[in-house]
Amino acid sequence: MTTELLNVEQLRTHFFTEKGTVTAVDDVSFTIHEGEIVGLVGESGCGKSVTSQSIMRLYDEYMVEYEGKIEFNGDNLLNYPIKKMQKIRGDAISMIFQDPLSSLNPVFTIGKQIAEPLMLHHKKSKKEAYERAVELLALTGIPSPEKRVHEYPHQLSGGMRQRAMIAVTLACEPRLLIADEPTTALDVTIQAQILNLMRDLNNKLQMGIIFITHDLGVVAELCDRVMVMYLGQIVEEADVKTLFEKPLHPYTRGLIKSIPQMTGERKSELSVIKGNVPSLTNKPKGCRFSTRCEFADEKCLEEMPPLKTHSDTKKVRCWHYEEIIAREEGGHVHASST
Amino acid sequence: MSTTSLSNIRKELKKEQRSLLFKRFLSNKLLLTGSFIMLFVVGVALIGPFFLNYTPYQMVVENRLSPPSAEHLLGTDNFGRDLFSRVVYGAQISLGVGLAVAVITSVVGLVIGLLASYYKTLDHILMRICDGLMAIPGILFAIALMAALGPQTQNVIIALSIVFTPHIARVVRSKALSIREETYVEAMRAQGASPLRIIFLHIAPNTISPLVVQATFIFADSIITEAALSFLGAGVPTPDPSWGNILYDGKLVIFNAWWMTVFPGIMIILAVIGLNFVGDGLRDMIDPHTKPRSKKKRVNLFRFNSQKARG
Amino acid sequence: MIQVRNMKKYYQAKKGLNKLKSGNTYVKAVDGVSFDLRKGETYALVGESGCGKSTTGRTLLRLHDATEGEAIYNGKDLFKLSNKEMNKVRKDMQMVFQDPYSSLNPRKRIGNILEEPLNIHNIGNKSERTDIVMEVMSKVGLQVDHYYRYPHEFSGGQRQRIGLARALVVDPKVIICDEPVSALDVSIQSQVINLLQSLQRDLGLTYLFISHDISVVRHISDRIGVMYLGNLVEEGYTDDVIENPKHPYTKALLSSVPLPDPNVQRERVILQGDIPSPLNPPSGCVFHTRCPFAMDVCKTTVPQSLNLAGNHTVRCHLHDEGITTEEKKVVNA
Repeated sequence: MTTELLNVEQLRTHFFTEKGTVTAVDDVSFTIHEGEIVGLVGESGCGKSVTSQSIMRLYDEYMVEYEGKIEFNGDNLLNYPIKKMQKIRGDAISMIFQDPLSSLNPVFTIGKQIAEPLMLHHKKSKKEAYERAVELLALTGIPSPEKRVHEYPHQLSGGMRQRAMIAVTLACEPRLLIADEPTTALDVTIQAQILNLMRDLNNKLQMGIIFITHDLGVVAELCDRVMVMYLGQIVEEADVKTLFEKPLHPYTRGLIKSIPQMTGERKSELSVIKGNVPSLTNKPKGCRFSTRCEFADEKCLEEMPPLKTHSDTKKVRCWHYEEIIAREEGGHVHASST
Repeated sequence: MSTTSLSNIRKELKKEQRSLLFKRFLSNKLLLTGSFIMLFVVGVALIGPFFLNYTPYQMVVENRLSPPSAEHLLGTDNFGRDLFSRVVYGAQISLGVGLAVAVITSVVGLVIGLLASYYKTLDHILMRICDGLMAIPGILFAIALMAALGPQTQNVIIALSIVFTPHIARVVRSKALSIREETYVEAMRAQGASPLRIIFLHIAPNTISPLVVQATFIFADSIITEAALSFLGAGVPTPDPSWGNILYDGKLVIFNAWWMTVFPGIMIILAVIGLNFVGDGLRDMIDPHTKPRSKKKRVNLFRFNSQKARG
Repeated sequence: MIQVRNMKKYYQAKKGLNKLKSGNTYVKAVDGVSFDLRKGETYALVGESGCGKSTTGRTLLRLHDATEGEAIYNGKDLFKLSNKEMNKVRKDMQMVFQDPYSSLNPRKRIGNILEEPLNIHNIGNKSERTDIVMEVMSKVGLQVDHYYRYPHEFSGGQRQRIGLARALVVDPKVIICDEPVSALDVSIQSQVINLLQSLQRDLGLTYLFISHDISVVRHISDRIGVMYLGNLVEEGYTDDVIENPKHPYTKALLSSVPLPDPNVQRERVILQGDIPSPLNPPSGCVFHTRCPFAMDVCKTTVPQSLNLAGNHTVRCHLHDEGITTEEKKVVNA
């Protein structure tokens, strides 16, 4: 848990659009260590997928501009020429996507798709690559892998496809795995299988995993550390236990409170975060959450709070979090601007 | 709820939506160029007649095949008729034929396509007829029809409409087939809406945009086909001028009187290019997916897909 | 309010030339489902994709024709009504769809979308219709100026409000909610759930709530029916089913739900394998291929619905007193 794998510093991703430049990721910094699973949580449009795709530099370069640093193995990926970047993709850094059907190519067998990167990146012979493919399929828990190697994606069920997809991404033994909502399209019983598998693989292979999801339940089950994103920024970062026990940011608090619970008393009404996520072209001036925060005052509307270090493991981007928590815990007093 | 405030809101919103549309129109270079060219061609056809000193039928035999001059701007033809006035009136006929064909095929094709998309048996019958019509090369088929119907301008329109209707019907049908599967159509069925109501009130509006695009292409196509028919002597009957039969007259004297082929030729090219630009431009404007020029759109698309799949 | 008895929905699986072959193959999407929808309650159908919960809802509205069975509403069998009579019933039974993006016609203004049901059912004149729509719009939290806007100008949550408004304009008694919140973000999801509940209180609505999200179902529903492969395997009051599940599938389903609390240690039942194809469902109990407690009898005999205490019913041989405990133990060991 000590070796630093990926270090992202003040990453900004700008897109050029007809309406001008849109900054989808704005000042995001974090570190991933070897062997840890870090959750990246947020609602749609919060920039969690853009962050991960920026690490892989998957966007067309003429439409996008990156700022900041993405250090992997001590090198800044943003300075790499495209050719070198392509060598990293699928080799040292790998990615799993949400939809297993559209991320596997329907015209090639599973085996070929696993063998392909091995032959490409590691110059293995066809035979070796296929042998490795069978091993990997077995590793991901697919029954009778020596048969499945020769099957096409449409012959597998949803859960099997996602396992095969994971096998493809593991082919080159990546040091960093980016999983972009890998279980969102799956049923809960299958999701449970896949989460188990990912935990096992993480233990066995000791790679770093960035797990992107909107589901706080999945985060609580799987991740070691969590970063919560809102409108292109990280608003809170903490290890998973403290995040759920003692969330600091009003957004995180609201989010956790708004999920229907599986245990305990059934509430007659869910607590809500009012309003909608503003669009990226129409961001609030000060704190990004100020338009929906019930505690926002003038300072929040005017000035963007920095990502403050609260303790060793916790960071939060809010001006008033300490007062808010104190106030909420000392009985429900309504926000009056100070 | 006061109705006045509501109608105010309506006005404002319409204005806002219109200005947004106008902005998109201005930023679409293809559409803009096409529109300017078409404005010019249509202008020639409509405003041209006010500047004419001759009728297109007035023959001055001693002035046969005189080159462009101040008297005859584009020269005269082999009967001594003023070429400028023939090209102007030819524009009216050629564009008129094109427009009529585009409108007729749109209406008929829309109805056929929509019905075919909704009723399976009808689909088989109608689409096999369309297949049959499309299997014969358009121009040959049009010539055959003209031979049967007799050389008259309205017969040209009828023949071309028959040739081009299947194209529209196909486009409408394929779009309608995908719209049919949308949830909002299912929602209307759950309301108990009748099939015809669903087809014409809910599916039809969504097929209009590809239909309009296709119709502009058919407009252009039928101008060319009409010209070809007239050139072959099976189109607009002489002495009525159309760009096609001016070319026909001109081909006999092409080495003595270049102006007789060049000017109507230029008009045909302008009209066809203009219409094709408009069609392509409209397609880009309506359907941004074919040409993802901005990242934002793609990011939106991505977000939309991920929300969809979350179900 | 509505009694569904032994509803079956089979799809013909053969296409083209295969039709010529002898024997019939069907996809058994819904295979004999019976439940009651009581006035004013929220009845939830839970299950994974392909279990037939959506088909059940749609068949009830006759968006598909039922293969067999009956659904009694106001003393009449919905499946036997003529189209005209059915359209009258449709005024009372409305539906809210999952996908807020494809459920609204992109070419229509919100006002037109909401007035359309009124036009179809011939309710009121033009200005009355506008008034009704305005009233409903304010009920679901939309503003007056949304009337002339197009769907693409709205976010997912607002679109779902519009979809809900469309169901409400004809003043229905029952609303079939097909995964109404699963396409929404968490913070928006809770807004819509609260809205659904307050509308139910104010208007006395009955909901058939179809969802795969058990935590949402636990929050909103009074009773739950758990479906697996076209069968209703367990049914009961929400608290009973969640606290004390009887069917092994329900147990597994509940323990698979990720809890947003890292401190909870649970005994997890992780099911092996995938859901079998409904084209060729397992013999006997449909769940026996994945069931950790499967016995010999499960492979051969279809379990009947057993009534347990507290209106709790379950379809499982484990709860059949006719089968001896020794037999059960043998397999469990």
